[in-house]
Amino acid sequence: MKSFVRGALALLFLSTTLQAQAAVRILATTADWGALATELGGERVDVYTATTAMQDVHRVDAKPSLVARARTADLVVANGAELEVGWLPVLLQEAGNAHIQRGQPGYFEATLSLALLEVPSRLDRAMGDIHPLGNPHVQLDPRNIATVAKALTAKLAEIDPPGAAYYAARGADFGKRWTEAIGRWQAKAAPLKDLPVVIMHRDQAYLCHWLGMRELASIEPKPGVPPSAGYLGELVTKLAASPPRIILLNAYNDPKAAKWLSERVHAPAVVLPFSVGGSPGAKDLFGLFDDTIDKLLGAVK
Amino acid sequence: MHGFKPIAALMAVGCVALPALARADDDVAALRAELQTLKADYEARVASLESKIGELEAVATAAPAPEPAPVASPGSSASAFNPAISVVLAGSYADTSQDPEDWGIAGFMPNGGEIGPGDRSFSLGESEITLAASVDPFFSAQLTAAIAGEDEIGVEEAFFRTTSLPAGFTAKGGRFFSGFGYLNEVHAHAWDFADQPLVYQAFFGNQRAQDGVQVKWIAPTDLFIELGAETGNGDAFPGTRRHQNGFNGTTLFAHVGGDLGDTASWRVGGAWIDLDAENREFEDTDALDQPVVNAFTGQSRTWVADAVFKWAPDGNSARRYLKVQGEYMHREETGDLSFDVENAALADAYRSTQSGWYLQSVYQFLPHWRAGLRYDALDSGTPVIGLVSSGTLTTADFPSLLPGDPTRTTVMVDWNPSEFTRWRLQYAWDEARDNGDTDRQLFLQYLFGIGTHGAHKY
Repeated sequence: MKSFVRGALALLFLSTTLQAQAAVRILATTADWGALATELGGERVDVYTATTAMQDVHRVDAKPSLVARARTADLVVANGAELEVGWLPVLLQEAGNAHIQRGQPGYFEATLSLALLEVPSRLDRAMGDIHPLGNPHVQLDPRNIATVAKALTAKLAEIDPPGAAYYAARGADFGKRWTEAIGRWQAKAAPLKDLPVVIMHRDQAYLCHWLGMRELASIEPKPGVPPSAGYLGELVTKLAASPPRIILLNAYNDPKAAKWLSERVHAPAVVLPFSVGGSPGAKDLFGLFDDTIDKLLGAVK
Repeated sequence: MHGFKPIAALMAVGCVALPALARADDDVAALRAELQTLKADYEARVASLESKIGELEAVATAAPAPEPAPVASPGSSASAFNPAISVVLAGSYADTSQDPEDWGIAGFMPNGGEIGPGDRSFSLGESEITLAASVDPFFSAQLTAAIAGEDEIGVEEAFFRTTSLPAGFTAKGGRFFSGFGYLNEVHAHAWDFADQPLVYQAFFGNQRAQDGVQVKWIAPTDLFIELGAETGNGDAFPGTRRHQNGFNGTTLFAHVGGDLGDTASWRVGGAWIDLDAENREFEDTDALDQPVVNAFTGQSRTWVADAVFKWAPDGNSARRYLKVQGEYMHREETGDLSFDVENAALADAYRSTQSGWYLQSVYQFLPHWRAGLRYDALDSGTPVIGLVSSGTLTTADFPSLLPGDPTRTTVMVDWNPSEFTRWRLQYAWDEARDNGDTDRQLFLQYLFGIGTHGAHKY
């Protein structure tokens, strides 16, 4: 017992001394916020991303590796708006890390600085797995990323004051490149305006909103509820009058229903990366939008 | 911000300059470093200003941002601080080939837990109500009450937990499910089968809730390492309350876990539970088939080993996933066994060594559909009963302590049309009884969750 206690103390001491020299340790819940933290934090941060673009972020396990990362994190960069409601509270609770609890400086929520779309006026789960604070899948509108980048730059300076100038410079540089990129993407995506589309889940709503695409229907009858054969049949009938040009699908979605519909309404199903890492082209945030817009334009050509 | 920058620059200078002095003992190098830092800082500021200008110019040409929706002002009513409430409703239909009344686990002392197949036909299960919230910046608290179908309300868990201890520590106090093993902390509605493995039923009467305190420590390493210690009043099988002050019992547990690439994760653990029992009574029949109440007084020590493995293609458990788990328990009890405490009140030494394990797997083969397979095995060993070896009584006076090796095989399939609904069909071949007869048990179970979207543990 004595040697165990001594070992534990030695480990504790070692870890605190190591951490004192290391970069700001960030636990980001999604690949996109992880990529943004890397853009803004550069060499001063060590970013660990809890999920990949291939995962449905609603359904993630509070697995041991994530508890371990939450234990040593200086900052948690979460999406918020209850996207991670099924697992992040457990991580915070189990990690034994006072700095990253809600309300502490080490806890950051991206959606807190944004106005969300689709805030439900009535809360009832008969409407499916709705999010009471609004649609949380904000990252596919790049203007949201620009807003969050400013908030995150300020947060990094608060967590790591000696790096304040460094973060301000990087934040300004990113903001400049990002604004230029938005202009480029919008110009390029002009043909997509008013394009009739069918979406899979509410998580493409911000993309449609940004590019002005027209949502005809969604394959999920209600958020989180899989389509039945009957519902898909009705959808085909309904779409016969005004067929969509494309069907949008995310890398992590099961393509079956979208493919089935695609054959019947004669519109291609386009698999979008949705998150950084969701396609070979989506290596970082810039790549995510380059690739998304290229894929959309490629499909309507 | 303006007042802050020079300080930041000075601090940066200090950081770079001081070690340089110490290492090289060279003033020139230090000055050069100082100048360079200042230069770098000014360059950064110029760059920041330039980009800000660029940004403003670009914004002027880019499309306007979406108009911010009016932000709802937080309510100021008395209900604004109500805790999160979640309710789970459960019920089942059971069909068993043997009478549930004579169900028992051969070779294991009855432990008073609500174990076994339960009643036939339709039964309302436990309705579970959980209230949880932060208390203040330092504590959070949770109450889980279970209302049984027989109109009894029980406190399943009621505890506070710290949220602000330093160095990876968390403390918990009140009544809570003990942290050993894998399934012990899992609430009934989150079980992957309609009932607990036989080893949990026999060793802990389903699961062990502790009235006491727990301290847990998470190591600051990328490998998950958790160490925990608990003590309490001992008042849950296999311990009892004692007629004295102080704590009864020590529970120590450790878990280690991590990932195997992006697709799989694992966790293994070990635990040691040391408890005292004082007049731990159980019902039995004597050699003349008359009901008697016997009691054990002594020490009960249990070792637990647990392992869990989860896999999902691309790590995306929404579509398909596999979960494999197994636990092994070993218990030694030494002390005195009293026979017929109300009348004959005979007592002599008692010693037993018992073990058991289960292995189960659940596979989500389609979104919303899962299938599972579980195997249970127990070994009661042959207890050393002083009253029998001295010739005072015979083994026929302790029918529930006759050696047994109960087994059970269970299959299940469940359908989860949403995250809040589960319909389960389960079939089991149960050979737990001392007569060795197979009880074919069919369960149809429903589970509905309403209220707050609860977060689940690993």
